[in-house]
Amino acid sequence: MNRSLGLLLLALCAVVLVALPFTSSNYIIRLSTFAAMYVALAASWNVIGGMAGYPSFATAAFFGLGAYGAGVVLSKTGTLLVLGWLCGGLAAALFALLVGPAILRLRGHYFAVASLVTAVVLREIINSATNLTGGGMGLNLPPRTSDVDLLARQYYAVMVLLAAGAVATGVIVSRARLGWALRCIEQNEDAAIVLGINTLYYKTVAFVLSGLIAGATGAVYATWIGYIDPTDVFEEILSVKPIVMVLIGGLGTLYAPVVGALCFLLLEELVWRNILSFHAGVLGLLIVALLVFLPGGLKDLATRLPWARRSSAKAQPLAAPPAAEAARP
Amino acid sequence: MLALQILVNGILLGGIYACIAGGFSLVWGVLNVINILHGSFVVLGAYLAFFAYTLLGIHPYLFVPIAGLLLFAVGFAVQYAIVNRVIDAPVLVSLTLTFGLTLFLDNLMLNAFKADFRKVNLKPPLGIIDVSDYLPAIDIIVPVDRLASMAFAIVLVALLYWLLRRTSIGRAIVAVRMDRYAASLMGVDTRVIFAVTFGIGAGMAGAAGALLSPIFPISPLASTAYLGKAFVICILGGLGSVTGVLVGGVALGILESFGAYIFGPEHSLTLSFTLLILLLIFRPTGLLGKRGFI
Repeated sequence: MNRSLGLLLLALCAVVLVALPFTSSNYIIRLSTFAAMYVALAASWNVIGGMAGYPSFATAAFFGLGAYGAGVVLSKTGTLLVLGWLCGGLAAALFALLVGPAILRLRGHYFAVASLVTAVVLREIINSATNLTGGGMGLNLPPRTSDVDLLARQYYAVMVLLAAGAVATGVIVSRARLGWALRCIEQNEDAAIVLGINTLYYKTVAFVLSGLIAGATGAVYATWIGYIDPTDVFEEILSVKPIVMVLIGGLGTLYAPVVGALCFLLLEELVWRNILSFHAGVLGLLIVALLVFLPGGLKDLATRLPWARRSSAKAQPLAAPPAAEAARP
Repeated sequence: MLALQILVNGILLGGIYACIAGGFSLVWGVLNVINILHGSFVVLGAYLAFFAYTLLGIHPYLFVPIAGLLLFAVGFAVQYAIVNRVIDAPVLVSLTLTFGLTLFLDNLMLNAFKADFRKVNLKPPLGIIDVSDYLPAIDIIVPVDRLASMAFAIVLVALLYWLLRRTSIGRAIVAVRMDRYAASLMGVDTRVIFAVTFGIGAGMAGAAGALLSPIFPISPLASTAYLGKAFVICILGGLGSVTGVLVGGVALGILESFGAYIFGPEHSLTLSFTLLILLLIFRPTGLLGKRGFI
């Protein structure tokens, strides 16, 4: 895609995003807010999972911690919403900074398991800290205005800004030294170490960035929905959805979070409305079909369509031989 | 005496845990796939045992081999048809794939069996053994159903050990575990071995589920808990060895029992997962300190 076409596309997106709240129904606005949330989460995962190739299942931990960080601060002090969101994001980033250096030493399955488990531990801790978080009863965050239309548009704007920030972070990171380092780690971490890249440092920075974005998203979500409880915001599926989105968009690209999240939301909305009692099952089938038939996501589809036959070379195998998976570097 | 009772409870639990983790560890070690489906297989085995008892009157302990065979077939089919396609893909892909399969299976079970907790109530109940009747000095109680389940679970783990040591298919599995490319050069059809291994893992899970059915409530929502236990045991005992699974299972059982007594049962999950993270950081090869080839 050449540069002017890209800019044109970007401008078009901006126009649509700005025009949407003035022209659409509350249903569309709500759906779009969810779309923006998914984009933000997918972009957050992409920093550590896509660029560095670390299969992080910690998104739910960040999201939940952000939601509770904001929720506790706002319900205890009643301060400005923005400060609450900031607290949520920083809480998740701080958590990533503390846990990251420990679990980012692990590789492959071990890292995946450790990151998955952090969400469960956090959930249980927040569940038992009843006097601060309300425990299993959840936390109520009443909206600050009773104008429903205004509220919907406010949160739409905030979520879209957040998503735009997340995507922009991805672009900036990938062009910076950090992005180079992460791609080196993704390709061959041992080689990166030999070349003198402080891999743990760069991985931690990526993990913290991912935590900051996902935490802020969780914080905004908490005030938007107005009620959070531990099983809801620490759900494992929250960690898996961003991965599926990026896989739909095509792993290793910058636009994957956006394209993937939008496709995912579309599918989810179609499934959710029609097959209520079996939606998780259908989502499962969707994941399986995606990974078996389109391992490269939509990127793959583009090369398989009949009019793109000139690149008829078989889709690249996804991996090197899975020989060297050590528990430690 | 209380401490001794808790210890005994933990060991009884640990035997069954070892059986749950055996198949999981095998699949992880040989296929390099974390099978998120494992917990759902356990639950499915428990449900099959429940319906076999309530509808057909087959005793759960007699049903154990049948559950194992049925789940073996399911596992073999799943691996051969689906997971084999992504076997060489990065960790992320196989993890997400089995997660998708779990979503599907759990939802299927939820729709078919409903979310009610069920339990096999044996008639007549097996009762308890009061050890102080025989040894007056030792004042502990052993529930017979737990004891029997543990004994069967240990037999199953021993069977797995024998299979891997003494049969040609077992040796082929171990060969693939050591080096799948070299094994295929030696004439081992790795795709079939992968499917058999996955089948054995699923069969062990199903059999463990049948063993659990008389002592624990069955619910489609319990699959994550069993999966979590399998994770922790693999990390505790070290991946890919039968002794590691036994050590890890019993260690987790004892730990959970004492943890539940000291901190309250609601924190047992937090405790074992915190331990898991610490172990991963400080001793990723497990308590025994080596990665085995079964």
